[in-house]
Amino acid sequence: MQRSITATAALKAIVFVAALVPVARLAGALLFDPEALGANPAEFITRTTGDCTLRFLLLTLVVTPLRKLLGWHWLAGFRRMLGLYAFFYGLVHLSSYVSFDHVFELAEILKDILKRPFITVGFTALVLLLPLAVTSTDRMVRRLGAKRWLALHRLVYVIAPLGVLHFWWMVKADLTEPAIYAAILALLLGYRVAAKLKDARKRTARGGRAPLPQARANG
Amino acid sequence: MLIKRPDDIKPSDIAPREVYERRRELIKLAAAGSILGVAGPLASVARAQEKSLGLEKLANVAKSTLSTNEPPTAYKHVTTYNNFYEFGTDKADPMQYAKRLKVRPWTVVVEGEVAKPRTFGIEELLKLPLQERIYRLRCVEAWSMVIPWIGFEFNALARLVEPTAKAKFVEFVTAYRPEEMPGVRVPALAWPYVEGLRIDEAMHPLTIMAVGLYGEVLPNQNGAPVRLVVPWKYGFKSGKSIVRIRFVEKQPKTAWEKAAANEYGFYSNVNPGVDHPRWTQKRERRIPELFSKRETVIFNGYGDQVASLYAGMDLKKNY
Repeated sequence: MQRSITATAALKAIVFVAALVPVARLAGALLFDPEALGANPAEFITRTTGDCTLRFLLLTLVVTPLRKLLGWHWLAGFRRMLGLYAFFYGLVHLSSYVSFDHVFELAEILKDILKRPFITVGFTALVLLLPLAVTSTDRMVRRLGAKRWLALHRLVYVIAPLGVLHFWWMVKADLTEPAIYAAILALLLGYRVAAKLKDARKRTARGGRAPLPQARANG
Repeated sequence: MLIKRPDDIKPSDIAPREVYERRRELIKLAAAGSILGVAGPLASVARAQEKSLGLEKLANVAKSTLSTNEPPTAYKHVTTYNNFYEFGTDKADPMQYAKRLKVRPWTVVVEGEVAKPRTFGIEELLKLPLQERIYRLRCVEAWSMVIPWIGFEFNALARLVEPTAKAKFVEFVTAYRPEEMPGVRVPALAWPYVEGLRIDEAMHPLTIMAVGLYGEVLPNQNGAPVRLVVPWKYGFKSGKSIVRIRFVEKQPKTAWEKAAANEYGFYSNVNPGVDHPRWTQKRERRIPELFSKRETVIFNGYGDQVASLYAGMDLKKNY
């Protein structure tokens, strides 16, 4: 699908503003109408920003499959913004936990991170997102070189599963919601594995050698 | 005053309940349609239930010296922020779906190690001596409320059936009605919900069967028409919408023990010294406060009355 540059730029602006809606609503309610956040405002803020983080993480992973499957190459330009929003919502999520749940008691927070697996994986995921956010500028891509930059940004394949695991382990009894995230993630990562395998087979075929029977069986 | 200030006017003053409820649904739908679909309570569900749902009032309710004088949590929070997994695992689910529960007629079977097993109609239970008990409620999820319950002491009910010497524990079974409880379609817990107390815990004067709150009969989402309230234990120990009470010799296996015995023990006394494996129990958030700044007190502050029940017990092992 061909799109004009202006159409893409306009869409980008729309996505940029739309992505701010959840945090703007939370901030607005917190400042002017705390009642609107329900009986447990802190829990609502933490859950909402956690959901947003996971959703943006998954959205960044949707870009490549859509681009390849539908030929929407203009989508590539959205990935950085989506990734940065994932990081942004992750930070707000962490801040809400640090302030509302732990009232800035750092010793308690450290103990929590070390002692409780669901916090450990969630915190790890956010820490791993930091280098990706820092190296998201064009200048950093040039400085690192495309190959190293790409290698670094493959970290998202670790970060996203950690994020979903964080949610999975947090839930008390009903795993429906984390299971939905896990299924979508499995689909998105599965697509990449399948694409890799297909690629490898093509390459072997082009190399003139017959593919190994094993590889054929797996394909 | 004839002219109301805008903030005095409730939606219910302007529109009948059906209309403003539908309006809320619409707002919620619109919010859910927003790109990220994370709107939730922003639609201000709570605001419609400022003071009362206009349920049947309870008469002849005595005051009690066992009540706390802490200010009660607002009615709208008590009735909109609930854990009642039979109606869904979201806090807003019970308020939304529990109206499907038919609470009349209602019977409670009392059986097991008793001399006079009996089935009580809810009308009979409502005739037992009712008291208002303003209790702190501490949820295992580290939030708390203060709720003006109305109920009768469990021991008043027990006396009517005459427990035998073999009655060492009491098991409380919640209603299980798939056609009225959408949440039970999800196997979040082993249905029906079962809770249990040691006999001396059950017979303690603080342990009540609640039939109302804020002067009215219980709203369905709070466990209508009759529920257990054990104020020194985490909230989940207080089973809702009880249909069966069994006096037994062996310690019952509770729903939460079956789900995760390492996280939810049989005793589950409020105890800041024993963390939940996934979060600290040192502090709590009093609904609707933003910060979790209150120190949690052992036995939820009822230690003077109940600590002796656990003399010599290792509460870290018997969590």
